[in-house]
Amino acid sequence: MRNQQATQLLFELSKPGRRGAKLPASDVPARSLSDLLPAEHAAAFPPPLPELAEPDVVRHFTNLSTKNMSVDTHFYPLGSCTMKYNSKRNERIAALPGLANLHPYQSEDSLQGLLQLLYELQGMLCEISGLDAASLQPAAGAHGELTALMVAAAYFRDRAQQTGEPRRTKVLTPDSSHGTNPASAAVAGFEAVTVRSTPDGFVDLADLRAKLDRQTAVFMITNPNTLGLFDRQVREIAHLVHEQGGLLYLDGANMNAILGVARPGDFGADMMHFNPHKTFSGPHGGGGPGAGPITVRAMLEPYLPSPVVTKVGDRYRLAFDRPKSIGRVRSFFGNTGVLVRAYCYLRTHGPDGLRRVSEQAVLNANYLLAKVKDRLSVPHGDRCMHEFVASAAKIKAQRGISAMDIAKRLLDYGFHAPTVYFPLTVKEAMMIEPTETEGKETLDAFADALVRILDESPETLHDAPHTTPISRPDEVRAARTPVVRWSPSA
Amino acid sequence: MNPPNLLYAKTHEWTRVEESGGAKIATVGITAFAVEALTDLVFMELPKVGRQVKAGEAFGEIESVKAVSDLYAPVTGEVIEVNSGLPEKLETLNADPFGAGWVAKIRITDDSALSNLMNAAAYEKQCAEEAH
Repeated sequence: MRNQQATQLLFELSKPGRRGAKLPASDVPARSLSDLLPAEHAAAFPPPLPELAEPDVVRHFTNLSTKNMSVDTHFYPLGSCTMKYNSKRNERIAALPGLANLHPYQSEDSLQGLLQLLYELQGMLCEISGLDAASLQPAAGAHGELTALMVAAAYFRDRAQQTGEPRRTKVLTPDSSHGTNPASAAVAGFEAVTVRSTPDGFVDLADLRAKLDRQTAVFMITNPNTLGLFDRQVREIAHLVHEQGGLLYLDGANMNAILGVARPGDFGADMMHFNPHKTFSGPHGGGGPGAGPITVRAMLEPYLPSPVVTKVGDRYRLAFDRPKSIGRVRSFFGNTGVLVRAYCYLRTHGPDGLRRVSEQAVLNANYLLAKVKDRLSVPHGDRCMHEFVASAAKIKAQRGISAMDIAKRLLDYGFHAPTVYFPLTVKEAMMIEPTETEGKETLDAFADALVRILDESPETLHDAPHTTPISRPDEVRAARTPVVRWSPSA
Repeated sequence: MNPPNLLYAKTHEWTRVEESGGAKIATVGITAFAVEALTDLVFMELPKVGRQVKAGEAFGEIESVKAVSDLYAPVTGEVIEVNSGLPEKLETLNADPFGAGWVAKIRITDDSALSNLMNAAAYEKQCAEEAH
């Protein structure tokens, strides 16, 4: 049984004077605050922190943790997020004192183990991507996008100085892209221009041709794309982009589908990011930290963030002397804890194992697609990569059951919901990504639940979920009049 | 459900053109189909009065719990009035999208774009296709 009392807010559990620690009496004479701090720097009253005993706090957080769905408790087919099970072994290794207790201001000589690990990780990411140089600094996928676009901007600035070519001001993104792509382009100072998809979900080459010109810096493609389809035109796309002097960026969100099978560098990408928290078993879904390392072609290497890890003789060094670098994008070495897990993951699987990861991820997605496609339409065909997008549009028109209703009801059946209403190009979209770490029994149970839900009464579904502590939060009110700060009720 | 006296853009804006003092004034809004497809509305950004807009240009934004969408000007001209109370009462868009939920009035300076707009029957056909 859940301890409901323990999950009240800490402020509500607070009792004046209650403490979780007992400190010895101070043998230093006490001085008043006004002696130590000028009055204008002192707050009018102490911060109103909750006052609690240790068991109150432990029970509070332990009970809260059981109210959530996680990969360790539930199947989590959240499309585009690659919620694979992360082995506890990588957690254990990342927590080893020799890694976890390092301080970034230690001398390089005392950090050789970690630097070797990061150096080798740079090499492995280059090998997987088919590109030449890496930066491990970006702290998340979208940060990797931004970093790569800043690298591209620096490269084009340099090239314009040498050749006198006009400024490149545009970044093109497909209409099925992650919202972060156009956002990164805008933050990096480019104009984001949307390229249409064809009805079957691929880049519309005619529209791409029409929008590509000498002002185009980068075309950002996600391949496989957000519909779970591999765009076979990608080499032609790369050719068109390169013909105009632009660069092709690969959003690596869907790398879980092509590890060891296809290399972005081989199909024409000039730069890309990885999401180690998706693809390489970093913890995921808790709000971070993540990591978004990027790899680039050799001509872009001088512009990568500084420092990068290099090897000089048999020593590993941080290279700072990089005059063309865009500088730091993250303090110290990036989110090393996530990078350590990625390293463990890659060393555990090796080249052949990584290929099997992707093959199994694609097989699982296709198995699930085959099990549900007769009941829920899948607008983009009978085959997919590591995920697929089903549509509840027909059942919504017939019975008034929306993708949101189905997603919410799945929680009652003990499954995390798939991603819904993304990509925007599919009506009533349900984006399902089972990942390679699920067995056939789990996939069968999920498909059975989905089919049973489709037969339930619309009323049951409109009110779902029925078994969670909170049923349907008011999303509109939360967005329009958010209450972001707790205050005592009057 | 789409009033027959209005013109419709592919991007789901409606337009009513009226003569006033020798000028053509277009009242512009969002169709019921679009409001329904957007789902629960959260925010809206109106164009500024006095802004010159070109037909097809994004001149406002509407955000739902699902996504942010651009509003496109169906005609070319100057924005002379906006429904300034609308962002505070987005439910008006659900209740009366073709009336009280109007978005902006544009004084048309070039009416060539009007020929790109559809009548109600053609727009209904587009909606029927999009629903599947």
